[in-house]
Amino acid sequence: MIKAILVFNNHGKPRLSKFYQYFNEDMQQQIVRETFQLVSKRDDNVCNFLEGGSLIGGSDYKLIYRHYATLYFVFCVDSSESELGILDLIQVFVETLDRCFENVCELDLIFHVDKVHYILNELVMGGMVLETNMSEILSRIEDQNKLEKSEAGLISLKNVNLPNLPNIPQQIKDIKLPDLPQAIKDLKF
Amino acid sequence: MALTKLKGNLERILDKNLADLVRGIRNNKENEVKYIAQCIEEIKAELKQENIAVKANAVAKLSYLQMIGYDISWAGFNIIEVMSSNKFTFKRIGYLAASQSFHQDTEVLMLTTNMIRKDLSSQSQYDAGVTLSGLACFINQDLARDLANDLMTLLSSTKPYIRKKAVLLMYKVFLSFPDALRPAFPRLKEKLEDPDPGVQSAAVNVICELARKNPKNYLSLAPIFFKLMTSSTNNWMLIKIIKLFGALTPLEPRLGKKLIEPLTNLIHSTSAMSLLYECINTVIAVLISISTGMPSHSASIQLCVQKLRILIEDSDQNLKYLGLLAMSKILKTHPKSVQAHKDLILLCLDDKDESIRLRALDLLYGMVSKKNLMEIVKKLMVHMDRAEGTQYRDELLSKIIEICSQDNYHFITSFEWYISVLVDLSRMEGLRQGHVVASQLMDVTIRVPAIRPFSVEQMALLLETSSGFAVRGITGQVAFSSMCEVLYAAAWICGEFASHLKEPEAVLECVLKSKVTVLPGHIQAVFIHNLMKLYAHILRKASTAEEKERARQTLCVLQERLTPFMQSADLEVQERASTAVHVLRVISKLQDVGEADAVNELMQLFQGELNPVAPKAQRKVPLPDGLDLDAWINEPEPESNDEPKADKGSLDIFYKTSTSVSDFRDGYQGESVYEETEHMQSEDVRQSAARQQVRREALRVEQANNPHYLKASSQARQSPSASSQLLSPASEEIPVMSINLSVPLQVSTSKKLSDKYLELERNKEASSDSKKHRSKRDKKKKKKKDSSDEEETIQIVAPQVISTMELPEGARLSDSEDDGRPQTDPHRALNIDLDTPSYPKEKPVVCASLEQAVSTPSTKIKKSKSKNGIEGSKEEKARRKKTKQEKEEKVAPSKGVNLNDDLDFWLSASNGNESKEKKVATKAEMTVEETATSDPKKPAKNKKDKKEKKEKKSKKEKREKKDTQDRDEQNNHLSENMITPVTTAWKPLVDDKRLVMKYRVVAVPHDQHQVLVPVMLHNRSSKTIHSMNFNVVDSANARLCRGQHEQDGVELPHQLASQSRVEIPFAFAVMDSTMVHQLRGVLTYMTQGENGSVSEKLDFKLQIPCSVFLTSDPMSNDQFAELLASQELPGKAKILCEGIALTQALDRASRELNMRLVEMDSSGTSASLYSHHLSDHHLCILMKSQADGRLSIYGKSSNPSLASSVIEEMRQMFA
Repeated sequence: MIKAILVFNNHGKPRLSKFYQYFNEDMQQQIVRETFQLVSKRDDNVCNFLEGGSLIGGSDYKLIYRHYATLYFVFCVDSSESELGILDLIQVFVETLDRCFENVCELDLIFHVDKVHYILNELVMGGMVLETNMSEILSRIEDQNKLEKSEAGLISLKNVNLPNLPNIPQQIKDIKLPDLPQAIKDLKF
Repeated sequence: MALTKLKGNLERILDKNLADLVRGIRNNKENEVKYIAQCIEEIKAELKQENIAVKANAVAKLSYLQMIGYDISWAGFNIIEVMSSNKFTFKRIGYLAASQSFHQDTEVLMLTTNMIRKDLSSQSQYDAGVTLSGLACFINQDLARDLANDLMTLLSSTKPYIRKKAVLLMYKVFLSFPDALRPAFPRLKEKLEDPDPGVQSAAVNVICELARKNPKNYLSLAPIFFKLMTSSTNNWMLIKIIKLFGALTPLEPRLGKKLIEPLTNLIHSTSAMSLLYECINTVIAVLISISTGMPSHSASIQLCVQKLRILIEDSDQNLKYLGLLAMSKILKTHPKSVQAHKDLILLCLDDKDESIRLRALDLLYGMVSKKNLMEIVKKLMVHMDRAEGTQYRDELLSKIIEICSQDNYHFITSFEWYISVLVDLSRMEGLRQGHVVASQLMDVTIRVPAIRPFSVEQMALLLETSSGFAVRGITGQVAFSSMCEVLYAAAWICGEFASHLKEPEAVLECVLKSKVTVLPGHIQAVFIHNLMKLYAHILRKASTAEEKERARQTLCVLQERLTPFMQSADLEVQERASTAVHVLRVISKLQDVGEADAVNELMQLFQGELNPVAPKAQRKVPLPDGLDLDAWINEPEPESNDEPKADKGSLDIFYKTSTSVSDFRDGYQGESVYEETEHMQSEDVRQSAARQQVRREALRVEQANNPHYLKASSQARQSPSASSQLLSPASEEIPVMSINLSVPLQVSTSKKLSDKYLELERNKEASSDSKKHRSKRDKKKKKKKDSSDEEETIQIVAPQVISTMELPEGARLSDSEDDGRPQTDPHRALNIDLDTPSYPKEKPVVCASLEQAVSTPSTKIKKSKSKNGIEGSKEEKARRKKTKQEKEEKVAPSKGVNLNDDLDFWLSASNGNESKEKKVATKAEMTVEETATSDPKKPAKNKKDKKEKKEKKSKKEKREKKDTQDRDEQNNHLSENMITPVTTAWKPLVDDKRLVMKYRVVAVPHDQHQVLVPVMLHNRSSKTIHSMNFNVVDSANARLCRGQHEQDGVELPHQLASQSRVEIPFAFAVMDSTMVHQLRGVLTYMTQGENGSVSEKLDFKLQIPCSVFLTSDPMSNDQFAELLASQELPGKAKILCEGIALTQALDRASRELNMRLVEMDSSGTSASLYSHHLSDHHLCILMKSQADGRLSIYGKSSNPSLASSVIEEMRQMFA
């Protein structure tokens, strides 16, 4: 089971938080802070598993995370999940985001956290892995987007054009997915 | 209409949407809180509007605010409004907000049931999908109960997308509403073979989660999973299945053997690391489960270890980490294989990654030997010096202690070295585990008598330098680091083993130092107590007049110095101090009178050896007869409304303690708190409200006037320092100060104490010339006069360690404990044996309807081939033939195993030609399978007669065959045909102090002349029991089936190790099944006595009731009436029972006696039951509640003895 999925940036600002076990809002913030403390002090070339974290922890639980450019993707899972499998799931999640947002960057997550949630809901449901096949996930998301659009037409929802966003350094725009170790790439679905 | 719409849209354009909100927050970094407060006001206004689009927009914004830490539970009702919109866009927003903010206790969830039900049945799969996803996050017990049926329907939806989500959601339903598991399980099992891989994967996922917590209930699914494992290519699913097998193998070693080969193949063939890793893990689990002497598997171990080495050597840190993790699992059972890779593991200790270092540390304890222990500990201590962060240091500390103390200090050759290590550890800064070090010091000193002189000496030193533990706080106050816990041990050791002290007076002085009052209370208390021991020792040693005089002086000083402690804020210290002072006063009086015996009087206080207490000792203290810890001592007083609130609070405390009294059973303080509670409570209850008021007032006055009453203010904190002020001027004029230490005890600070032992060890290895190093050592330890003695102890084998620990009488350390799961774990409730049939009586009404929702026949594991053949007797017969054929196949094992067949058969197919021993084991396990088989038998009424004839016929055939078969085969046969299991509880048979025997009687379907009696033997002694022989004195109507040797008893080939149990089925032939049979029997066995083997015997009486032959055939009301009206029921019996309600009696009769309820009258005062006996007799029972509360039971049967026997059984049962 997955207990929580957290996405935050290099400064610990939450970009997405999904808890599959109830914590009140203060506790959630504390967990994000603590997890950030734990994860951020680790070098990029150490392993992606982390034990402990007293708030979310318990001996059966592990933090499994990946660090992409400005964002950390952290999954808190128990021993019924395969460690390498979850690493791969994170990769699938990020790749899906990349496809849906066309070259995803932190700003996409900032302004469309609802969409990110919808995408995540196609991967994980109630703490259990729902789907890992990316084309299946993408087609489901596509279908739902179409449905939403058709409804928007129906109720003549005005598509307010967003004004150009100020203060966005261009380099953030290119989150590059780092090359995965060969071992993990081999896991096919 | 159009106008309002337009207006709404206009307004919405003016509203902030989610992106605007985010942008706004980013632009208002300085006054974010204010900005958000303003936004929330806007949102509240938006929520008040009619337009659903506006509301949805507001709710979307709330979801974002929730993420950044704002409570949005106040908007629960609005969220539900948005959820109920029929637009997908809004619905999705609503469900997202709900999944983020709702939880089990959210009250508005009550309102959602019907809406969710509607959404679930929506035509659009995405509407339903969004609902399912949301529900998975906030489902609670009520929703689970009310929606279980709807979700079950979705399990067979035509859309795989919905099926997949519904399957996953079922797991959450089970967690909240365990009763749903049984009826839903067959459906879930079907989904394992769903055509859609996603659904299949989801089903595997759910069953894996269920099985992880209660593996034994899912053992019967092994064949299906095995098939999936060998056929699937979905790595995600494979990983889950392989993990599941890892959880199942410990329960069934035969499964493990079957798995080894395919897993090894996968290890060789797969390119996916995640799969490889899980395969290795499961192979390890298999090897652990069958670790007892299977040399042929050493190849598998080697393979695993090799593969793991490759992982550990990999440059990818993740693989390194996992490799080490898996290694630690192998270490437990195959330490040798891991030790071969010691170099690699030690290397990982230096890795830059803390996660990896921690894993390597885990492995270390398996790496140590007598030879390298010192080196390894040295290395760890160096790490500790360098390490940053207290957490890692603490980890290192506990590892050092773990590896040294393992196996009863097995690897320690020099305890002087170990004590020195502990002393060194206690001097390290920034550690938080003082109490661990302290308990080690005490443990070693108590259990290794040879080390006591050395230990005492070191502890005296520690006490002398106790100020080293003081840490100056920021405020300038003296505080002590956590390591001061060591002083607790030091003081205790010095006091307890004072006879080894060279300078007890000096130690006494150290303990009395002024700084002591800053120490935590419990340490001060120990100090005071041990001062007394020390003084007793000084007094005893004093022989000359001069010494006696000095002892007298010391006494005065002691009295004087202890007085301040009597005002300590700590109760324990206070009490100890006053006791000590008064004892000293008595002693001094005695001495004044010239009583010579004063010394002995004092010594008597501290007599007797203190032994370590076993860790579980407290829990093992048996509960005295008649003490019910859960019962009220006094009934709780009904709460009166006029009581002031504050008072209610205080009462609550008492009541709460008394309800949780059962928790105290585990705690040491249990008794005292318990008594206190009892006292307080009875007091309270006696008081009337008015008197309480008076008492409270009095108490307040008393407290105000009492100088000793501390009002939890700063006063309390000041008091220790106040007492230290009292103490310090006195300390300057104390004559004892003048005592000169003849031998100056000094600590070498430059080098670690323990290092010299390490050096010593190295020297020993370098040169075998012991003389040389002796001289060197003498040089080093000049100050120790008698070191030569000690040196010898270093060189000889390690001194003896006392390993006995105290336990209450009759308790054993290895006694089984509860499963460690907390009461709140929802998985406790999910421990449901899914293979036994359910009884409609047990279940709440909802579940009955659930079962109707399932169109497929109820649970069955085996014979899925005959799925549609159960009702027709022809197919029945055909099926039997087939089973027989299969059994023949079993003799000559073939590769083509039918995976759908019985688990047992499936498992035994692979090792059919194994030794006889294995067969016996199989047999013992078979009884487990009996209960695991299920009840697909619901024959159609109109075919009943026909069927019975057939059954008779087949019975005859079987009887003829039976004589030629030996017992083994019989039992095999019987269990194969087991269709109606009557799961009866174990009944005690007989027991003595070594062996407990229990039994139960299981009917053989369709055979009235045979029963199976599984006997459970449990060896509760500490010795192995062997050469067991089971025999029964046959009666005219019942006898034991013995196989070839008709006369003798049955030799049991089992060896029953200490604390183990075995279940052995015996077959009994019963001539007359309409009566109760009492059989006398005896079990003889051999065991290890005090001098040699002893033969023991146990006499028992075994009862075979006639109710085991009852089957619960359906009977309609009309048929029943007809039967009663006919003249076919001559047998009659009647009893009156007391103290049992009708419903209870009905429940037990249907459960335990296999009777079926035919009719219950509308008033609920009487009920009729029917049962069919295998001898083709009818049995009708009428239960009637009498006016006086008693229950009368009438029995009528076509066989007179049957009626009276069953009624007699009921009388016993309800008595």
